[in-house]
Amino acid sequence: MLINIPKKFDLNESHVTDEPIYHERRRLLKQMGFLGAGALMSSAIANNAKAGFFSDDEAPFQTRTLTYSKDPFNQTLIKTPEKKVISHNNFYEFGSKKDQPAELAQSFKVEPWQLKISGECDHPITLDYDDLTKLFPLEERIYRLRCVEAWSMVIPWIGFSLASLLKKVAPNSRANYVAFETLYDPKQMPGQANRRLGGGIKYPYVEGLRIDEAMNPLTLMSVGLYGKTLPPQNGAPIRLVVPWKYGFKSIKSIVGIKLVEHKPSTTWKKLAPKEYGFYANVNPNHDHPRWSQASERRITSGGLFTRNRIATLPFNGYSEEVADLYRGMNLSKHF
Amino acid sequence: MTSSTKVFFLKVIIHLGALLPLANLYFLAFGDGLGADPVEVVIHFTGIGALNLLLITLSISPLAKIFKQGYLLQTRRVLGLYAYTYALFHVLNFLSFEVQFDGALFISEVIERPYITVGMVAFLLLTALAITSISKLKRKMGKSWQRLHNFNYLIALLVTVHFYWSVKSELTSPLFYLAIVLLLLLFRVKKIKRLLLSLFT
Repeated sequence: MLINIPKKFDLNESHVTDEPIYHERRRLLKQMGFLGAGALMSSAIANNAKAGFFSDDEAPFQTRTLTYSKDPFNQTLIKTPEKKVISHNNFYEFGSKKDQPAELAQSFKVEPWQLKISGECDHPITLDYDDLTKLFPLEERIYRLRCVEAWSMVIPWIGFSLASLLKKVAPNSRANYVAFETLYDPKQMPGQANRRLGGGIKYPYVEGLRIDEAMNPLTLMSVGLYGKTLPPQNGAPIRLVVPWKYGFKSIKSIVGIKLVEHKPSTTWKKLAPKEYGFYANVNPNHDHPRWSQASERRITSGGLFTRNRIATLPFNGYSEEVADLYRGMNLSKHF
Repeated sequence: MTSSTKVFFLKVIIHLGALLPLANLYFLAFGDGLGADPVEVVIHFTGIGALNLLLITLSISPLAKIFKQGYLLQTRRVLGLYAYTYALFHVLNFLSFEVQFDGALFISEVIERPYITVGMVAFLLLTALAITSISKLKRKMGKSWQRLHNFNYLIALLVTVHFYWSVKSELTSPLFYLAIVLLLLLFRVKKIKRLLLSLFT
């Protein structure tokens, strides 16, 4: 039986901007001609040789509608418009600028896909593309996403708990950590082939969680957003979403999940261990060495003049669900 | 074409080349036409713009010397002032759209974050150069004017360090800029040697 207990972070139904209303607003703006003129000029301004690439040569990636159960709790959060969720991405495999993944990922092939779950477990399995959306009942989860760069979004993800996937493979007693790996395919992912485009990080991208973090019910394997399968710039066909950690923990386009005994060496921690830790829990009291983490800019439907700076909450507002995982730990040392 | 006509046309190009992108930027920003995070776009655009203009300003005198086109020197002031304008917009963008007029946050970020401290020092120095670009002041200052405006070289270095320090991982572009700055300094190696010597003796 599903018991709905409203949580502290739940707001009120009236705050949601419905997608149709959002699109209606865009349509009106278009009719007024603002958007048309704006779009023409924005490609001129984009400091990017590949601007226009996506519109000229390539058909956009096709997503499809998913069947899922609605998030029973968080319909009230003010969501980030879909257009912004799918056009503002940190996915260095497709370029380190925010607008590059949406431009350079449109021909990404997600079918066939293989996700191998292996390591310290009794029943390792490999999931095919169809398994990703069919093996488990899909649920909508409306989560806050807090980037380590101090901006944030609210995104209606669709997916299933990582816990239900891990239970299927039956981790053994040596499985202390879970390591995740993104696809390595420089032919498809230009950032992996070109150091400048890929921001100079080491590929394949690796992330990790402690097993109890991985088993927490909030930890989501996402296969979609806004009712449809994920577009490639958001990590198609399957990605991790850990809402109480900085966004870089939520690894995209996963091909491998390995249960391991020792703490995996993760991508950003390897690159700059003083700036990015293994835990990367959202923590307003522990600043990034180069900027404050005490507040964030919430990206919603407004433009430049929206007053959108809000206080950052410990564990991104999910303390009730996850603070116990870190009881007794010095969170400034284990950042 | 006389030199003064050449200067006139060059200045028209400079005015248009500096003002149009800036006007376009804010036109798009007003109309929500800068993508999901316009704040990042306006900050980066004005920051890189300021650095570009600063380097163009510094490349004028070597160019004038190499191609024996003395009239080029007359464009330095307007270029430098546009570099300052972009830098001013860069700082104002940070204050009004990034920290959103949270004065305490602005001050603590400037003091506590070394890359912002370095950027702010460069901006304050550039402010001094912009103010003293007024002809009357320049005449009044005599020799000390040149001494003050030699800070240009330091400013270019500080801004490049500020850029290098601000990026998360992509170092190619800041290193490219650093190479250009060093190249421009190379043209003035004698002068800089003299400046450094006078500093330590």
